[in-house]
Amino acid sequence: MFEVIFLQFLNGLDKGAAYALIALGLTLVFGTLGVVNFAHGALFMLGAFCAVLFRQLITLETVTLDPTKLSPWGSPLEIREPLVQAWFGDFGAVLLNYSVLFSILLTIPVMLVVGIALERGIIKHFYKRPHAEQILVTFGLAIVAQELIKSFFGPNPIPQPMPTDLRGAADIGAFLGMQANVITYPIWRLIYFLFAAVIIGGVFAFLQFTTFGMVVRAGMADRETVGLLGINIDKRFTIMFGLAAVVAGMAGVMYTPLLPPNYHIGMDFLVLSFVVVVVGGMGSLPGAVAAGFLLGILQSFASMTQVKDLIPGIDQIIIYLVAVVILLVRPRGLLGRRGVMEA
Amino acid sequence: MLTMPRNDLLLFLGFAIAVLTMPIWMAPFGAAYPDLLQRFMIYGLFALGFNILFGLTGYLSFGHAAFFGVGSYAAVWSMKLLTIDALPAMIFALIISGIFALAIGYVSLRRSGIYFSILTLAFAQMSYNLAYSVLTPITNGETGLQLNINDPRYLDRMFSAATPSVPSPTMLGLPLTGFTGFYFCAGFLIIAFFIAQRITGSPFGMMLKGIKSNQTRMNYTGFNTRPYTLAAFVISGMYAGLAGSLLAITDPLAGAERMQWTASGEVVLMTILGGAGTLVGPVIGAWLIKYFENIFSAINENMLARFWDFLPDGLDHAAVVVSAKFVGEGWFLTLGLVFVLIVVFLPGGIMEGVRRIASWIDRNRKSTPKSASPKTQPAE
Amino acid sequence: MTNSNVVLHVADVHKRFGGLHALADIDLQVEEGQTHAIIGPNGAGKSTLLNVIIGKLAPTSGAVVFDGTVLTGKKPYQINQLGIARVFQTPEIFADLSVLQNVMIPALAKRDGAFKLNMLRTLESETEIRAEAEHMLEDVGMISRREMAAGSLSRGDKRRMELAMCLIQRPRLLLLDEPTAGMSRHDTNTTIELLKKIKSRGMTKVIIEHDMHVVFSLADKISVLAQGRIIADGTPDQVRGNPKVQEAYLGGAH
Repeated sequence: MFEVIFLQFLNGLDKGAAYALIALGLTLVFGTLGVVNFAHGALFMLGAFCAVLFRQLITLETVTLDPTKLSPWGSPLEIREPLVQAWFGDFGAVLLNYSVLFSILLTIPVMLVVGIALERGIIKHFYKRPHAEQILVTFGLAIVAQELIKSFFGPNPIPQPMPTDLRGAADIGAFLGMQANVITYPIWRLIYFLFAAVIIGGVFAFLQFTTFGMVVRAGMADRETVGLLGINIDKRFTIMFGLAAVVAGMAGVMYTPLLPPNYHIGMDFLVLSFVVVVVGGMGSLPGAVAAGFLLGILQSFASMTQVKDLIPGIDQIIIYLVAVVILLVRPRGLLGRRGVMEA
Repeated sequence: MLTMPRNDLLLFLGFAIAVLTMPIWMAPFGAAYPDLLQRFMIYGLFALGFNILFGLTGYLSFGHAAFFGVGSYAAVWSMKLLTIDALPAMIFALIISGIFALAIGYVSLRRSGIYFSILTLAFAQMSYNLAYSVLTPITNGETGLQLNINDPRYLDRMFSAATPSVPSPTMLGLPLTGFTGFYFCAGFLIIAFFIAQRITGSPFGMMLKGIKSNQTRMNYTGFNTRPYTLAAFVISGMYAGLAGSLLAITDPLAGAERMQWTASGEVVLMTILGGAGTLVGPVIGAWLIKYFENIFSAINENMLARFWDFLPDGLDHAAVVVSAKFVGEGWFLTLGLVFVLIVVFLPGGIMEGVRRIASWIDRNRKSTPKSASPKTQPAE
Repeated sequence: MTNSNVVLHVADVHKRFGGLHALADIDLQVEEGQTHAIIGPNGAGKSTLLNVIIGKLAPTSGAVVFDGTVLTGKKPYQINQLGIARVFQTPEIFADLSVLQNVMIPALAKRDGAFKLNMLRTLESETEIRAEAEHMLEDVGMISRREMAAGSLSRGDKRRMELAMCLIQRPRLLLLDEPTAGMSRHDTNTTIELLKKIKSRGMTKVIIEHDMHVVFSLADKISVLAQGRIIADGTPDQVRGNPKVQEAYLGGAH
């Protein structure tokens, strides 16, 4: 019994980690800029497609025909050789194998530029406008982003291979001194969880221990006062938006081996992540992270056969159900501050 | 401009005439065929109802497609179980969507602002997920709910024998195909417009605008605002249900994708594009979106190649490639861009644009600038 | 000691925020028909007291009783329906609606109660409410502006309209929260004139104010609040002569 529960707990971690990462970015943006960003899921999606693009670039191949050999169909054999392999040899092969990890190098600058451009170009003009208009404009941006991706990459999911060494499962049970082969867990999910933990830790450390972070935290608490101190808060907020975009993008990249990305993956995650933010408490970073994992794990438990037999369909709605209950009995969320958007 | 009963009447007559003569004046635009015109009516009705909530009270619902979908399902079930006649189907859809809206609204309206939007979104996604999974016996899951030759249709059977094929919906024996179908939908749009107009011009409508303008003041003025917003929510949900039932009647199929958040987003787009808070704006927004969706989706690369033919070689090819991104499958990209531009530059939608142009012409015509001209009221 | 004429009784109210004693031992009795001013320097607890009176904040101990009804825990609309109207520090109005509509809405609240699904009539057919509202606007000298959008009014006119919105309900008690705050001298004077004009109508008023000069000409009775306590109570003349007030209030200014 314990093994079953533990396994479901583990199964919830990777999805929970994705929720937590997106919710973290949403909260950063809401807390600092006061903007409800419906385009945040699109940033996750763009990140995922950075990985797709990177892989497409490095898998560009030269095709040579070898007339001396015949393919099983009788035509001359095509020899395909990836360009990177031709240029870089063994390093090219490694690059190809670990393309997901390497594509992060592409993702970071791309997402930073996208984030800063969005903030400077459009979102900045919406700080003082009603939340409804912020929702509307970011919603429009999300549509634009996902339709752009659709028109370049097509409507179908594009599977991304995991590095060969990281396929398969780790026997966590045996590692923890339990019976072997009872609790096994796919390695990549484990990596995703660890990656999320590092990112989340990094963001918290950045906010906690740097002057920049301190100013941003002060701005989250009381924007006007910090503005009055003569600190150029706007510039910092722009960077915060870029940072949130990078976090979302990296979360997207790393998720591609788990779920082949398509153009609407961002919105699918966004709707859930909003719910996560609401459950955690609008504007509370620890709340967003805690609620992300909590809901991911809850969802995992709700999709157990035994639970589904008991309450049919519960796996489909558990997250929304939790959100509704939270909003009604504790509107500020699990860890939200009193008075922050409680209405 | 405050509405005067006479102005109301003129607006209503103008609207009714414009709707009824659509088969004539839409002909030059290539849109005068019943299938498209019916969709104009149905989505016009949907947006009109959405505006009663969003335009008047300012509560932005992101889950209105749920009521649309529920209306569709209810109508198809009525046609399966009771009779192929449209009227019972619509009444059934109105009742079911009304009850559904009452339940969701009762919970969602305990919060306002962004929380309200997220709550409605959550409820709609919940309905959508359930429609695809455990509610399959009711919704027929991915396939969608359809009429079937073996449907019981108890009421019909009392009066006549089973038909040899799947019947198509009628109203009092009149088959709702072709332009009959259009006039059937047009009739309901006009009635719905009249009701929306009466609501907007009533004391109740003024209370809703008061809630949008300043809810604190409403409370301290002695109003319990929650039943007001709930009433608006239910009315608006019933409009959506009615629109959904009309779609099911003119095309007897109900699928869960009608309840997805994208469908909810679409009605938001229509309302904003036309002008939230105005009466005709949302309807025009719905017409425009459905019209251009129809046009843009139909354009293919050959048509673009002919269109750009006058450009020099190479350049014309580039123009085709770029513009192809915005038509056909890319229609939603165009829609998204237009929407962003509207929200950024013209938050009042097309109706605000019309007003701005009108006042600009007005100013230019009168060479002497009028001092202290009264600010025009946004509400029609 | 209970006086039969007392319409609002703030009884032994204490309010603590954590360790801060924001209100201590407040006991106020407002008599029917009187204009009662509560004054005090900034930070004396005036806003807290007002929020306790209108039920927005629950007192740590004690109670606020209006005409036999305890106000604590009541919703704003219920308090209004009991006959209490409120003027805010910054005018709370319906900026998107016309001046006339702004005044018609409270008249409808008075007639129809907290909720009525009144959608079968048109606004134009509400001739009585309309006439009443126009009469009220004439009273405050704003009839010529009735079709203007309320948001485009000057600060002083917004205040006048807000007063009209309250007066049209003929409240038993009118609460005014710094009615001249942030106003130009001209607007302040016209507002004071208006308040004087309506003084004779016999409605009970509670004015929260930090500017003593505004209230001396208006109030029948003044309570002086300093550091969460009432340090003086009496007619304007009594208060003016009270050395404690001089010290706590005027002393700070000199």
